[in-house]
Amino acid sequence: MKVIFFLFFIFLSLGAFSSENSHKVMPKHNWSFDGITGIFDKAAIQRGYKVYREVCSGCHSMRLLYFRDLIDIGFSEAQVKVIASDYTVLDGPNNEGEMFERSARPADRFVNPYINDNEARANNNGAYPPDLSVITKARKNGVDYIYNLLLGYVEPPKDVNLGQGMYYNEWMPGNQIAMPSPLSDGVVDYDDGTDNNIEQLSEDVVYFLKWAAEPEMEVRKNLGIKVILFFIILGFVVYLGKNRLWRDVS
Amino acid sequence: MSGSKESKQYKNSVLNWIEFRLPIISYFEKEYGDYPMPKNCNYFWSFGALSMIILVTMIVSGIFLAMNYTPHTDMAFDSVERIMRDVNYGWLLRYIHLNGAAFFFIIVYIHMLRGMYYGSYKYPRELNWILGCVIYVLMTATAFLGYTLPWGQMSYWGATVITNLFSVVPIVGEGLKTWLLGDYTVSNATLNRFFALHYVLPFVIFGVVGLHVAAVHVHGSNNPAGIDIKSKGDTVKFFPYMLLKDTVALCVFGVIISAVIFFGPNIMAEVDNYIPADPLVTPAHIVPNWYLAPFYAILRAIPSKMGGVLAMGAAIGILFVLPWLDTSKTRSCNYRPMYKWFMMLFFINFFALGYVGLKPAEGLYLLIARVGLVYYFAFFLLITPFVGWIEKPKKLPASISDAYLGGNKEFPLPLAEKEIN
Repeated sequence: MKVIFFLFFIFLSLGAFSSENSHKVMPKHNWSFDGITGIFDKAAIQRGYKVYREVCSGCHSMRLLYFRDLIDIGFSEAQVKVIASDYTVLDGPNNEGEMFERSARPADRFVNPYINDNEARANNNGAYPPDLSVITKARKNGVDYIYNLLLGYVEPPKDVNLGQGMYYNEWMPGNQIAMPSPLSDGVVDYDDGTDNNIEQLSEDVVYFLKWAAEPEMEVRKNLGIKVILFFIILGFVVYLGKNRLWRDVS
Repeated sequence: MSGSKESKQYKNSVLNWIEFRLPIISYFEKEYGDYPMPKNCNYFWSFGALSMIILVTMIVSGIFLAMNYTPHTDMAFDSVERIMRDVNYGWLLRYIHLNGAAFFFIIVYIHMLRGMYYGSYKYPRELNWILGCVIYVLMTATAFLGYTLPWGQMSYWGATVITNLFSVVPIVGEGLKTWLLGDYTVSNATLNRFFALHYVLPFVIFGVVGLHVAAVHVHGSNNPAGIDIKSKGDTVKFFPYMLLKDTVALCVFGVIISAVIFFGPNIMAEVDNYIPADPLVTPAHIVPNWYLAPFYAILRAIPSKMGGVLAMGAAIGILFVLPWLDTSKTRSCNYRPMYKWFMMLFFINFFALGYVGLKPAEGLYLLIARVGLVYYFAFFLLITPFVGWIEKPKKLPASISDAYLGGNKEFPLPLAEKEIN
């Protein structure tokens, strides 16, 4: 019997080992939202939004977000109105039956850089730039994956043949990515004087994407602590009562 | 003026009025108040109550989700995200429902494994076990249908893979598949009917659960010693003894499920399901929800599609006949020195199958799946009947009271008499 158990665990550990072996282990970055009391760093999210707006949004949509959501990360209503008004959306039909363009309002969704998916592909060498609304939930290792991917453009090994218009990235599955390195030192100027090196830009934009994917995170964790405390206290009281009740059972 | 039948009298006149016309008050009093539970039942016996609670939680959260969900291929994904973002506490509803499904399976698996370990399926509770298996099959169907609804990549491709299995049926296979899908591929018609079925099946489950509970109450609950109730002293009333004990279990469970819902709501979800369904892009590995993975491993362990489907069907079907495969009269594995270890190995094997079911079907994983498949069937078809014949069970305690005082362990003398005096 023991031999069977032993063999079984050898098998399991081999299985775990072989699956880890083919990929490098994703380095873990320290985030302000880590852990059960982790919260969002609003300044970082605002900086990250600036990175998204000035760099990523050229190709990547975030169709699940509304401009009004930006109030969550510390912008005032007036500021959000100004941000939204920079974009143009197609509305209508009006009373004459015509579609018309107007500037966006806080109640509008983030404006898609392309009219449709086909245009997105046509402009990106056939590759579709994925929507970033829930990207940190839609990739394994979420935030760490995005962070490392943004910093993962290294010189390809000699034996790698890159496809037409492809770039080498050590964290992309298959190592070939159609997106050229989007960030570099100083590509976005921060208003608050934060150092704008590539690591900082990458970190900030991941903060923004994490918030975009899970805007409820702070409320969720806060409520979670209360609910768990409720169960612990109730459980403790009921446990004492149960022991008292069962004391006489023999 | 008096009725044709004597009815039970209560202090409250409203209760009397109802009881006289419909004896539901005395029914609940009998089944949930005075219902005698063997007093040596351990916390594993709380998992029945827990699964009932989580079934109700799933139905309630599901109804509120359905109020905000749109079963259309163009809108389903966005409507789920709208629930998460714009509906008040919609994220809580969805995370309860998403993780509740996983925990429902954990709870029910423990409930089933408890039934297997302590021999609860044996005479006179065979029908009860069969009803439980029916509930399990309905649950897997409901979970599969529900997995389709968010219309992410795994929803779409999971539905495609599973409905494809029906095409192995001889002659009518392709027609059957088309009839089920309402189209030649997984499409809007499919999503609509899956939603309708996902909404109705939980109520069917609820009905079968009613029968399942009614059936167990006929001969009373099994217990860790696996012996029958002999006297009133062997039992405690459900209220308040078991209710309090189940509440303790509920609170512990509440802490665990809350930890997942609030601090890691997506740890059991597939990341690909946050990518909208795309019929033109196949994910690298199509995996089912992890709680169906053991059977998925069995499906893929056999190189032929037909064989795999048959093996998977047989793996679930064999559960139904377990009461007749077991030749031992001793219920509890605590008193079965050999079978106990095969049972433990069966549990581990089931986990191992689940693990490889989530991995690509190649190399070592495929080997483990095949070894696991062989043990799964050998356990039911060879080990269970033969061990029952050759094994010499340990001496059973004289009564449940003895077992309770002896901590369900084997002990030599009637300790109970001494202790009572």
